[in-house]
Amino acid sequence: MKIKLNVWRQPSSEASGRFEPHTVENVSQHMSFLEMLDVLNEQLVLEGKDPVAFDHDCREGICGSCGFTINGIAHGPEAGTTVCQLHMRKFKDGDELWLEPWRAAAFPVLRDLIVDRTGFDSIVEAGGYISVRTGSAPDANSIPISKESSDSAFDAAACIGCGACVAACPNASAMLFTSAKASHLGLLPQGQPERWRRTQSMVEVMEEIGFGHCTNHRECEAVCPKEISVDFIARLNRDYIQASLGRGSK
Amino acid sequence: MELNAKIPEGPLEQKWDRHRFDMRLVNPANKRKYQIIIVGTGLAGASAAASLGELGYNIKAFCYQDSARRAHSIAAQGGINAAKNYQNDGDTIFRLFYDTVKGGDYRAREANVYRLAQVSVDIIDQCVAQGVPFAREYGGLLGNRSFGGAQVSRTFYARGQTGQQLLLGAYSALAAQVAAGKVKVYPRTEMLDLIVVDGRARGIVTRDMVTGKLESHLADAVLLCTGGYGNVFYLSTNAKGCNVTATWRAHKRGAVFANPCFTQIHPTCIPVSGDYQSKLTLMSESLRNDGRIWVPKKPGDARHPNDIPESERDYYLERRYPSFGNLVPRDVASRAAKKACDEGYGVGESRYGVYLDFGASIQRLGEASIRERYGNLFHMYDKITGENPYRQPMRIYPAVHYTMGGLWVDYNLMSNLDGLFVLGEANFSDHGANRLGASALMQGLADGYFVIPYTIGDFLAKHPPSPVAADHPSVKDAERGVRERSEKLLAIDGKRTVDSFHRELGILVWDNCGMARNEAGLKDALKRIPELRDEFWKNVRVAGAAESLNQSLEKAGRVADFLEFGELMCRDALTRTESCGGHFREESQTEEGEAKRDDENFCFVSAWEFQGVGKEPALHKEPLEFEYVSLTQRSYK
Ligand SMILES: Cc1cc2nc3c(=O)[nH]c(=O)nc-3n(C[C@H](O)[C@H](O)[C@H](O)COP(=O)(O)OP(=O)(O)OC[C@H]3O[C@@H](n4cnc5c(N)ncnc54)[C@H](O)[C@@H]3O)c2cc1C
Ligand code: SF4
Ligand code: FES
Repeated sequence: MKIKLNVWRQPSSEASGRFEPHTVENVSQHMSFLEMLDVLNEQLVLEGKDPVAFDHDCREGICGSCGFTINGIAHGPEAGTTVCQLHMRKFKDGDELWLEPWRAAAFPVLRDLIVDRTGFDSIVEAGGYISVRTGSAPDANSIPISKESSDSAFDAAACIGCGACVAACPNASAMLFTSAKASHLGLLPQGQPERWRRTQSMVEVMEEIGFGHCTNHRECEAVCPKEISVDFIARLNRDYIQASLGRGSK
Repeated sequence: MELNAKIPEGPLEQKWDRHRFDMRLVNPANKRKYQIIIVGTGLAGASAAASLGELGYNIKAFCYQDSARRAHSIAAQGGINAAKNYQNDGDTIFRLFYDTVKGGDYRAREANVYRLAQVSVDIIDQCVAQGVPFAREYGGLLGNRSFGGAQVSRTFYARGQTGQQLLLGAYSALAAQVAAGKVKVYPRTEMLDLIVVDGRARGIVTRDMVTGKLESHLADAVLLCTGGYGNVFYLSTNAKGCNVTATWRAHKRGAVFANPCFTQIHPTCIPVSGDYQSKLTLMSESLRNDGRIWVPKKPGDARHPNDIPESERDYYLERRYPSFGNLVPRDVASRAAKKACDEGYGVGESRYGVYLDFGASIQRLGEASIRERYGNLFHMYDKITGENPYRQPMRIYPAVHYTMGGLWVDYNLMSNLDGLFVLGEANFSDHGANRLGASALMQGLADGYFVIPYTIGDFLAKHPPSPVAADHPSVKDAERGVRERSEKLLAIDGKRTVDSFHRELGILVWDNCGMARNEAGLKDALKRIPELRDEFWKNVRVAGAAESLNQSLEKAGRVADFLEFGELMCRDALTRTESCGGHFREESQTEEGEAKRDDENFCFVSAWEFQGVGKEPALHKEPLEFEYVSLTQRSYK
């Protein structure tokens, strides 16, 4: 099949960007979306042009490197799927697609479809951990944890940090990401001692670096490739209120 | 060159304890005077950075991804081994040690493997305390499964995402040390050379992948935790960015490379579907617990698998290996699939595939149980192939997955270059000629959490802090080399893309140094790789400029290194005329077609010393001695 692309091209953060039209011929339905872009890039290099820059690494939907919007939808039309796991059989011959980087003040564009997501690392550094020195841990089976708690902690821990939730949110809020990390740790007994401090500090840093507030649009949940639930946001909000009321502080 | 493994004296089970006592300690107040560079933030690098930061050292950690959390370890699916014996099924430290030495086909050091088995139990404690959500039973205790043919259930797992959860644990420990000001992370920063001053590793030259700026970082010690070189084959289950650059650059600066031909081919991956294929996807080994592998009895049989009656199917693993059946180790299963396809029995469009069939298990256990066990894998398979594995068998074929070879290290994880330590998949140390499933995660974390914090202290205690001048000739020389190489790559402006060279190299090494190797093929590869390399340097086209975000240039540098490394891998395979583990020399097989070791002549580690591009490297041998296990021919009949 033949696919028409309009790709956002922007040489650097400082430069301005624009859409550039391209056509990729002979696209096989077995190709992944990124393999289709590989084919385009090979073509561009041979024509003496700059290939389209996009982030990717594992191509298995787990590292969270990849991500851009396709016709306005983060990671494209298939639910629960990163763009690296999206296959061309989801498209038809002659489709015209618009590819854009994540748009958010806290995610500046570095080049073409690549943005700077280091803000996510800062949120985790603000408290997304359990302080346990190497070698100081008790036997792993000394604290039984119910399968239910462990399973729901896992549901939150499945976040891959891709940033689609921010890109989809009208306020560019990072609440789904932040709540997923805080809930993963907050749902486990090991995470209790630092629970309130963690919540407060992660939310504060999130706001400081320029992510917006959550006003319950739920667009984040709709695009999240790992289908992280907005219930975790509600949980984070509850914890945040409690923490602000001084719970847990001495 | 004398390779001294520095294995401590004493009985096996006391070596590590005694050594820990004998090693020197760095005074707590002095630790903050040392600077350590860690390249790589996978399980090995992140765990080392976090642990050394906690101890008070100053750490700089580098990775090429945009965040430390995205290192390739994130993709590991199946699990991590530990001799906890929580299932009371007879596991012990000695058994894990024994299984690993035997699984590695007796080409690993006993002392290293024993230490690995010893610290395995501490890893699980550490990870659980960090909040890693391992699978649990209803009673609230940790669950286990048996993996990769082990006869005990010692594998801990977190759904099909064990690597992700372990790495997020290590990454969070790292984040805590960043917050504490002990670690500084440099994401999107690639190491392009090692700086060696007076025979000691003192720093690295890096390129900022956003601005293109080159920079030198200097330190008291350098740790390479940069993963494996499986992408020399172009198609592999590794992430696209995995590369040999860091270890290869260190090799060119004097570090010896051990057993490069020991590569692991994983039996259960989704087959190649076309020329545009960019990577291969692993289907976890755990699938072999419930899936049966078969091919049609009639070669070239093009019927739909569901139309082929039971009597016309050859369950070849069950037939050839009645006692292990579908659970034979990886190397054995992979070769058997290759054999079936080479003989014309393969399935799928390309005929390079075999069936992995869940029909019988679905009948026996019900679709719901199979969905519970493997739902995410079945979903992934469906997404990639458009076929529903609940209704028809999966098609699988072996693919490159892991590399046992790597930089040579002694018992302290130090290479032959003073101050250069190598951890995780990047070193050669623990898996011999074949790695058992769920043991790479264990080794990465053992190295980073529990070994290096001790052994680096001993080294640093003997080498008081001593800064190197930023304009030292060795520093300037390394920087110049990196700059000139980028300029050269950009100036060629030839007619072929970087990927076209990488693909060609991949096919060349896969055909001649893949699942089966022979003298003629290896010699041919040794002639063709240098030719391809010459063409690359004359005819490659690299787009863009040096001083910008330039993914073509990044790729070109990595492929240029693979083009040198591939030659070493084939040379190593050529000189090792025995078969062992993942290294199958067609000339050395038993009458039944199984790998035949030659302990008389090859019970050693091959460590190669660089002599110049295109020049024959020098071979050094570290003899392997086995005091606690006796060498037997592996048999899974
Ligand atoms: C699909 C898949 C599934 C697997 N499943 C399992 C499993 O179930 N159990 C198991 O035990 N093992 C498994 N393995 C193997 C295991 O995942 C790896 O061996 C292990 O994670 C390697 O960890 P590492 O820390 O050594 O390196 P990696 O995780 O590969 O990390 C390498 C790091 O080095 C950095 N780096 C590399 N080169 C440079 C450079 N030049 N400059 C700067 N930074 C650089 C990278 O950015 C990265 O941070 C699996 C492997 C694959 C491919
Ligand atoms: S919550 Fe979902 S969309 Fe947001 S970063 Fe995590 S995985 Fe991506
Ligand atoms: S490339 Fe890793 S999630 Fe898409």
